[in-house]
Amino acid sequence: MALSRSLCFKHGRLKVRTTEEQAEEKRKERENKMKICLASKEACFEKRKSNVLDEEGLELTKQLLGGNPDFATLWNFRREIFQHFEKEKSPEELQALLEKELSFLEACLRVNPKSYGTWYHRGWVLDHMPSPDWARELELCNKLLQQDERNFHCWDYRRLIVSRSEVSCSEELEFTFKLISSNFSNYSSWHYRSTLLPRVHPDTCQGASRAHEGVLLTEYELVRNAFFTDPNDQSAWFYYRWLLGRADREETVSCLYVSREGQRLVLSFSRPVNVLSPSAELVLFVDSLPLMVKWRTSHPKLKHSALWICDLPTGTINEACSEHSFKIHWRNGVVQRECVLYRGRSESWCRDSATDQQLFRSDLSVEKSTVLQSELDSCTQLQEMEPENKWCVLTIILLMRALDPLGYEKDTLQYFKTLKAADPMRSAYFDDLRSKFVIENAILKMEYAETRVVDLSKKDVTALYHLDQLLLVTHMNLSSNRLRSLTAQVSMLQCLEVLEADDNMLEDVEGLCGLPRLEEVSLRNNCIAKIADLRPLASCPKLAILNLQGNPVTKVTDFQSELALLLPGVKDLIA
Amino acid sequence: MSADHLPSEFEVLIVGTGLPESIIAAACSRIGQKVLHVDRSAYYGGNWASFTFSGLLSWIEEHKQEARNKDEVKEWKDKIQEGEEAILLNTADKTITNVEVFCFASQDSEDNIQEEGVLQLKHDSSVTAPGTEEDGGSSEDCPGQQIQATVINTVESSPSEDPVRSDSQASAQATDDAPSTQEENHGNLCSAESDKQESGVTEHVSASPASECTDGKKKKITYSQIVKEGRRFNVDLTSKLLYAKGSLVDLLIKSNVSRYAEFKNVTRILTYQNGKVEQVPCSRADVFASKQLTVVEKRMLMKFLTFCMDYQQHPEEYLDFKDHTFVEFLKMKKLTANLQHFVHHSISMVSDTAKTTKGLRATQNFLQCLGHYGNTPFLFPLYGNGEIPQCFCRMCAVFGGIYCLRHAVQCLVVDKETKRCKAVIDTSGMRISCKHLIVEDSYVADEQRKGDQHRQISRAVLVTDKSLLKAESDQQVTLERLEVEYMNWTIFYLVHLTCPSSGTAKEDLSLVVSRLFSENVDADEKVLWALYFNMRDSSVAERSSYNLPCNVYVCSGPDSTLGSDHSIKQAESIFGQLFPDEEFCPPAPNPEDVIYDGDGAEAENAGFGAPLEPEHNKPEEGAVPEQENEKAMTETEKNTTVTPVSLATCDNSTEQDAE
Repeated sequence: MALSRSLCFKHGRLKVRTTEEQAEEKRKERENKMKICLASKEACFEKRKSNVLDEEGLELTKQLLGGNPDFATLWNFRREIFQHFEKEKSPEELQALLEKELSFLEACLRVNPKSYGTWYHRGWVLDHMPSPDWARELELCNKLLQQDERNFHCWDYRRLIVSRSEVSCSEELEFTFKLISSNFSNYSSWHYRSTLLPRVHPDTCQGASRAHEGVLLTEYELVRNAFFTDPNDQSAWFYYRWLLGRADREETVSCLYVSREGQRLVLSFSRPVNVLSPSAELVLFVDSLPLMVKWRTSHPKLKHSALWICDLPTGTINEACSEHSFKIHWRNGVVQRECVLYRGRSESWCRDSATDQQLFRSDLSVEKSTVLQSELDSCTQLQEMEPENKWCVLTIILLMRALDPLGYEKDTLQYFKTLKAADPMRSAYFDDLRSKFVIENAILKMEYAETRVVDLSKKDVTALYHLDQLLLVTHMNLSSNRLRSLTAQVSMLQCLEVLEADDNMLEDVEGLCGLPRLEEVSLRNNCIAKIADLRPLASCPKLAILNLQGNPVTKVTDFQSELALLLPGVKDLIA
Repeated sequence: MSADHLPSEFEVLIVGTGLPESIIAAACSRIGQKVLHVDRSAYYGGNWASFTFSGLLSWIEEHKQEARNKDEVKEWKDKIQEGEEAILLNTADKTITNVEVFCFASQDSEDNIQEEGVLQLKHDSSVTAPGTEEDGGSSEDCPGQQIQATVINTVESSPSEDPVRSDSQASAQATDDAPSTQEENHGNLCSAESDKQESGVTEHVSASPASECTDGKKKKITYSQIVKEGRRFNVDLTSKLLYAKGSLVDLLIKSNVSRYAEFKNVTRILTYQNGKVEQVPCSRADVFASKQLTVVEKRMLMKFLTFCMDYQQHPEEYLDFKDHTFVEFLKMKKLTANLQHFVHHSISMVSDTAKTTKGLRATQNFLQCLGHYGNTPFLFPLYGNGEIPQCFCRMCAVFGGIYCLRHAVQCLVVDKETKRCKAVIDTSGMRISCKHLIVEDSYVADEQRKGDQHRQISRAVLVTDKSLLKAESDQQVTLERLEVEYMNWTIFYLVHLTCPSSGTAKEDLSLVVSRLFSENVDADEKVLWALYFNMRDSSVAERSSYNLPCNVYVCSGPDSTLGSDHSIKQAESIFGQLFPDEEFCPPAPNPEDVIYDGDGAEAENAGFGAPLEPEHNKPEEGAVPEQENEKAMTETEKNTTVTPVSLATCDNSTEQDAE
């Protein structure tokens, strides 16, 4: 009868310590612990102060860090001791000491797997080990990620190990697949995948940040499985969006514009830059000779801009010359653009067109567009099953834009309505996104028509995008939208002559500033309340016609005279 | 404990060490009752027991022989006093019938086959241990030869089976309950190197079925190999699984009995559809990874399962179908045939005639059990189902309960006036008095039963050399009616089949076996060894079906369902009748909080030790063969990569923190 023993039964009950006894015991224990901790802390600080770097210091910090791994000073002290040992001890001794350190760290991680100090120290130790065992570290990461696949400390450490030990990217790719299979709600894995794919299967045409097209296709399938299984999980949708995206456009000068009359030259870049920064290296050659000019943005508020303007010194453009050539070297001549202004022409430009560059859609091969078409079909199918799912609707819109922005214009707008209904919290975001797509379409249409007129009236636009693409536009109609402001970016429309912006909710005209050719502005039925709000217009030299009907500002006393004072050039004021 | 030293007075006397009896024993002992717990067999668990292969062979022997008269039984009549009368009990077990064994593995010339490492001495000592079974010695002193003879006999008889007959039997049986096919993939529980080298099979620590299969093909597995390796697996008499949120798991955790056992998560659930064995996608990760489902099916399935999780909140979805069957409901929901099969047979596991709400409840239960310990809702005790009753016995012993195996009770002593059972007289003629008596159904003599209330369970245990998933069959028959429990070892796979009986186990189950496995010796996948038997299912009997004194309570044996809910309910209800004011199995205190009479050394050994070594503190010192084997198993287990699930600490799936 191995186990029958006399237990203390009291009235037939097993006698067990009461909670008060337990609590008291715990309290005493804690008090004791605190005393010991404080004493060791003092001892550590004393040692560090007097620069005593010995094993006792290791032992003392070990006790303290074992209990609280977030005590960064102590980790530093430990590293100092090891650095000291590096000089003193043989590699074998050091190796043994650091191996001991690793097992100590492992114990720390078991208690607290999310301590910055512990993880950093572990990386440091491995970098200082004479012969580090990377495979073992990778195994440790595997284990900890199994316990918590979202431990970003561990992910960071894993990337460190992978880079140090030259684990192949394809192995890591396989690892992310394993984690995704066991639980696909894992941003870390998906993201890691997006960084690995371009390295394992680089795309030769699109540059380093994108993966090869064929591989992307199998990825579509993987992620489709995820969002059909759980369409409410965002991680898969985000990854899908990455798949649908494409490489950032290269930094280039997309347009060079010269105006004879204005004696100005305007550059439009593919993305906002600052040409005034010392590293910018922007040089202008006029008739093959470098010319020192002063560059400015279209609006004083813009420091970083896609559009840069310079006034040419008087005499640079000579009526007598049959032609002037203008050439731009950007980034040490890596990027160049050139245009010629012939005699008798008032302006000249050279640019990439949005339609040629497929600016607003993914760069698609024929093969891929059939795949995208089938992706669109399956998403539509999912949307029928899950009409409420916003991620699905949003993806449908993105797919449609990737495939044929103009062809799907009607459908896209319809889906935006569904989207706003499904997620009213973000309706303003969706409005802005929709505006962006509407403007993109308008730009495309304008370019196909080869005009310099853009009509965005009655499009329910809430914000303006891609204004750098509208550099050459002379007439713009923004009437009957939901715009609240003409922001500083509007000043990029350097050729704008006529602007209609009736029936909006405009409170200011900040962007109508320094527009050299602006002659006529119509702002009927808006919300402009103060004369001061119209001040930017004063910097438009040619402004002659201004319509302010239906604005509160017209009710201001002395409105007419005040305005005449502010805008003496305006001959025709309708109010 | 030898019967000579037994005290003669107890508050609660429990006869039979099956699951409900053991739970009651633990519950009574826990509240300070003086408990005596006896079993007629030399092992714990009764029909709930698990055996090593050789243990199973001995068990087969025992149950093939006719129940003999116990002529050595001591006289009891002189112990009956005035004003008392006796009610006789069964001393022999009659619950197992139709035991049939078939061996398809090639026999080799070795004369003396026995489990590696099992000491002959142990068998002998177990036979001579104090007990009452006089036949033990002859059957067990040379198990190898006995087994050999048995097998040769059955092999000769096997060609005589009539395929047409078994066909019709099985299809008749197909209208019964208990659908589903389950597979348990136990990875490598054991990997003792020495054995592998001797048998010439390459050891693979990989748990992937594919690599296992190639291993199996390298060398034909002989019968002697099964016997040799037999120590590596435990065979359950009753094949059950634990629902991760089921009543047994709750009880194990609540009572702290879980610390005595280790569990494995069932890794996958298989089903047999259109002649193929397929994996059932039941969790989110499974659905995501499944290659059999189209993306649209994935959505449908997830949508349906999400609805089932809280179907009560959406009455509009199912109330119209309340009076229809679940199958009709699934059709109405426009699930594809594939999905209907999965949901009906593998997830809800309800019968064809079950109503919508029953199916929904079953599905909900399944889903609620998911994700707590892994990808399927089921747990399995690492060393077999026989562990569970033993764990409760151990808890009982820790709190002072006394155990006596090989100890049967001859009769009850009933006071004629109060009509209460005052005492019992055991087979050694000793009179033991008790206030309450709990007996397992098989101990109750037929005279005390009002009519035959018993059903039967058909069981089959197959040893095969290949995983079911790879199995292919061109017959277009579905196998929804059967439970197949399944585990693999380094080279063997164990398949359990269970269903309610309509004939003998062989008749009920052989068609299924032939569908799953080709019995042709040359085929790739084959059954190496098969055992069929019928077990009595006494779960339907009610208290009123026995003619017994009011302070005698009857526990039923295992039923044919997948879980153990019935037993838990029964144990709790009997305990409630015995001690209406007491808590049922409250948590046992932490070892360090228990105050002992004696010195500290004793306290350390109080049986609350590390759960990793459950065998060292078995509440019985008599030499039981399994005990030795399991001890060896524990030792080999430490070298393997298997990480057992610990019930108390594993529930971390719900507390993932967001980055």
